[in-house]
Amino acid sequence: MSQKKIEQKPALFDRIFKPEHIVLENGHTVDRPRSRTPLILICLALVIFWSAKMTGFDLAVVINRGHQLGVILSQIFHPTFSYFEKVKGPLLDTIKMSLLGTIAGCLIGLPVAILSSSNINHNKPTLLLFRFILSVMRSVPTLIMATTFSLIFGLGTFAGTVAIMVFTLGIVAKMLFESIETIDMKPFEAMTSFGATTLQAFWASCMPQILPTYLDDCLYCFEMNVRAASILGYVGAGGLGILISERISWRDYNGLGMVLLSLFILVLLIDLLTDYLRSKLS
Amino acid sequence: MTVLETYEKRPKPLAQRLAIFAVVAVLVIWSAAGVEYKGIAAKGSEVAYGIVHGLLHPMTSMIFTTATDGVPYLIMQTIAIAVLGTLIGGLLAIPISFVASGNIVPKWVARIFRALILMIRTIPSLVWALVWIRVTGPGPFCGVLTQSVCSIGMISKMYITAIEDLDTGILESLDASGCNAFQKIRCGVIPQLSASFVSTIIYRFDINLKDASTLGIVGAGGIGAALNQAIASRRWVIVGAFLWALILLVLIIEYFSTKIRARLARGKA
Repeated sequence: MSQKKIEQKPALFDRIFKPEHIVLENGHTVDRPRSRTPLILICLALVIFWSAKMTGFDLAVVINRGHQLGVILSQIFHPTFSYFEKVKGPLLDTIKMSLLGTIAGCLIGLPVAILSSSNINHNKPTLLLFRFILSVMRSVPTLIMATTFSLIFGLGTFAGTVAIMVFTLGIVAKMLFESIETIDMKPFEAMTSFGATTLQAFWASCMPQILPTYLDDCLYCFEMNVRAASILGYVGAGGLGILISERISWRDYNGLGMVLLSLFILVLLIDLLTDYLRSKLS
Repeated sequence: MTVLETYEKRPKPLAQRLAIFAVVAVLVIWSAAGVEYKGIAAKGSEVAYGIVHGLLHPMTSMIFTTATDGVPYLIMQTIAIAVLGTLIGGLLAIPISFVASGNIVPKWVARIFRALILMIRTIPSLVWALVWIRVTGPGPFCGVLTQSVCSIGMISKMYITAIEDLDTGILESLDASGCNAFQKIRCGVIPQLSASFVSTIIYRFDINLKDASTLGIVGAGGIGAALNQAIASRRWVIVGAFLWALILLVLIIEYFSTKIRARLARGKA
């Protein structure tokens, strides 16, 4: 269909820059559209120039003061191992926060995703409303969300868990409704035709189709949330971030190195675990 | 009859399901015990009311102004940080991902560089921002450098997938027709990779835009600093103005990035 459209009315670009007319040896003519690369490159160059001006980009600073980069980094790479005793508690807190937040977010995400997929929910206004709420949840940065929740629920792990839950809900529901919209709807229609309610039909015919993707998305979110949860403490929402901000304000970058090393190992282990679970899924 | 018999013999993974359920339940109880709910903070309901009020009555004088502390300027700055950060990160990631792909270099070299990439990813962006502040001083430039380094991790992970999917048959046939190394890269490698590379960069731009708005918390420019200050001083009408601008920006960029990436995936550039 889109091809027909192009034949009827060429794109704006082709109307401004007329295609090159090539006459072949046998008399046939071929229209060769002009390359769009120069236009794209010019736009890109303008955007880069404008951004560099806006941010005060200056390569000389990086070259002249580049050695300063090593000052903190070298201390981070010489962690004080004895500090691990203090890291343990917040590390467990981080795991607990992200685990609970992910499970809660994923569970709430399932019904929300069903309500916001256009092939199940035919009520346009509620569909758009749910999708809008989901986009808003995704577009507010996690740290800002954690800041506000820690003002509401007080400093601590609960605020972080709620922030992770809301954020997970936004992502899982979006990924899920996208996969719900691509499933085969014939079993669903067959079941509704012999009298099953929408919920029954969805549970029996659509659930088996989306379950692997759903679990996969949940694992992906868990992986991401562990990383996210580790910095939420920076604004007082519990977990490793508290230690990170404390070490930074004390300028104890060796201790910071230990915190980051434990985080690194944790992330590595969780990556291995989720990879194993994924291989079981497929 | 046979249908019913077969139906009766269907696999009934009850034990397996119960086991999974039990594991999840134990995990939930264990983690719920660690997360303490201390009730709503002293002024919590006031804060919640303030946010709703601020979102419903955003301060319009902040939105329609060209001052350097107004919404449009800060949004522009955030976009600029994300654009430069993503582009530099995307460029830096190209060499790194080539030396981390198992089909280009020996396996052990690839493994070393993969560990390096994982290390870059693990250091949170806030810490990177602090490291770079020593070099550049606070300001948007610090945000650009932070984002360039932070983006390398995810971008190169996706580049590597694209590189490892390279169809070597094309290279062999170019070899057979007598192309030199430069021609092979020009006609055999770049066309295979460019679409997925560009798509990755656009996807990362989406993410960086959101990240750029939080970097301000540690003084790396963008909308984050002003937003965080407004939250800390509880001026909810200003928070409302910032949040609406941010939400709108992210939604618009997300819409266009999805469109462009869909076109790239279909092969029409």
